[in-house]
Amino acid sequence: MAVNLIHLPRILERHGEALLADWIREQLQSRSRTGAIKEGELREQCAEFLRLFREATTKGGVDMTRPEYGPLRELLANVSASRGAQGFSPSETAKFVFSFKRPLFMRLREELMRDPVALADETWAATELLDELGLYTTEVYQKAREAVIVRQQEEMLELSTPVVKLWDGILALPMIGTLDSNRTQVVMETLLEKIVETGSEVAIIDITGVPTVDTLVAQHLMKTVAAARLMGAECIISGIRPAIAQTIVHLAIDLGTVVTKANLADAFKAALDKLGVAQLPGR
Amino acid sequence: MPVVKEETVAIGSDADVVLVRQRVRRRAQELRFSLVDQTKLVTAASELARNALEHGRGGEMLLQVLEEPPRSGLRLVFVDRGPGISNVELAMKDGYTTGGGLGLGLGGAKRLVNEFAVESAPGAGTRVTVTKWH
Repeated sequence: MAVNLIHLPRILERHGEALLADWIREQLQSRSRTGAIKEGELREQCAEFLRLFREATTKGGVDMTRPEYGPLRELLANVSASRGAQGFSPSETAKFVFSFKRPLFMRLREELMRDPVALADETWAATELLDELGLYTTEVYQKAREAVIVRQQEEMLELSTPVVKLWDGILALPMIGTLDSNRTQVVMETLLEKIVETGSEVAIIDITGVPTVDTLVAQHLMKTVAAARLMGAECIISGIRPAIAQTIVHLAIDLGTVVTKANLADAFKAALDKLGVAQLPGR
Repeated sequence: MPVVKEETVAIGSDADVVLVRQRVRRRAQELRFSLVDQTKLVTAASELARNALEHGRGGEMLLQVLEEPPRSGLRLVFVDRGPGISNVELAMKDGYTTGGGLGLGLGGAKRLVNEFAVESAPGAGTRVTVTKWH
């Protein structure tokens, strides 16, 4: 039930200063991270919130999705972002809004003492609205976090697939971590581009850092090898540890004609041989 | 067969398959499985979790630590809510696939563990139980 606020804007207008003082005192008292936020900054945020809250409730009723609530939502987003950056938890951030309830409800009670029905209606409408506003800060907080995670994932995706040139005509691709479909796609693209760019004839795919080789990973590897072969480059898969080798055998994965080596050094040597690079005896 | 510890991991996305592998690896390490056995069990778990995700529309893995002195073991139960397997014998055959994979997952998983059981019926989902003893 959403009631239109009749008394609230008036109370905000008349008791603005007192409400602000009460609210700030409330927050300073209940604050668990004393000194984490400067009193001046808090005062500024609270005063701004009160001003925008009054405007919004006067013009926009109790529906926070209306355009009149735009500036207020923006303020909350800023507060949420700045608190998130300062290391506040989402509930601490939401308390910024929730802590306003007590001072506000005290005023409502004083003002509407003689009209219990209006008091109940007004309190209900105000609590619904403040809950939504408080949850909104949490939502913003979460979105900011998710954006950070997505960015980090993308960064990792790029970081984790370097193609390095070992020798004239020899590329190495050290793979680290989980090989899911997205990564394999990136790996394949970077490798193929690099093969064209450098005119390499041998590409060494090192899977020392891949913890699990199951049928999907094997399939991804085979596809990468096949694609490289179409570009005229031979692939050597290196870094197959004993446990992985036994697992591949039990899975009955056929690596076909792909050359495999236990470690990168052996693979490099095989690549040099293939290119006919003379090596010092005894090596 | 006394179950000492139990935990459940939901399987609903690719990230959950990674989580399944991590949980199984950690338990296997706690039970001091050899590196080869750890790798085998983790790989089997990876296959079965992906099956549950891709063919079974997601599900969950129940992980049980078994104590049966002098041996201890890990049992993994993969339950999905998918369409079920109409011909289990065929599905176990190497190279048989309906999803574009290599078709080695189910049979491969069986070879990687000590005990293996599939219960499935069309429309009733699939339940795969594997146990590895130490």
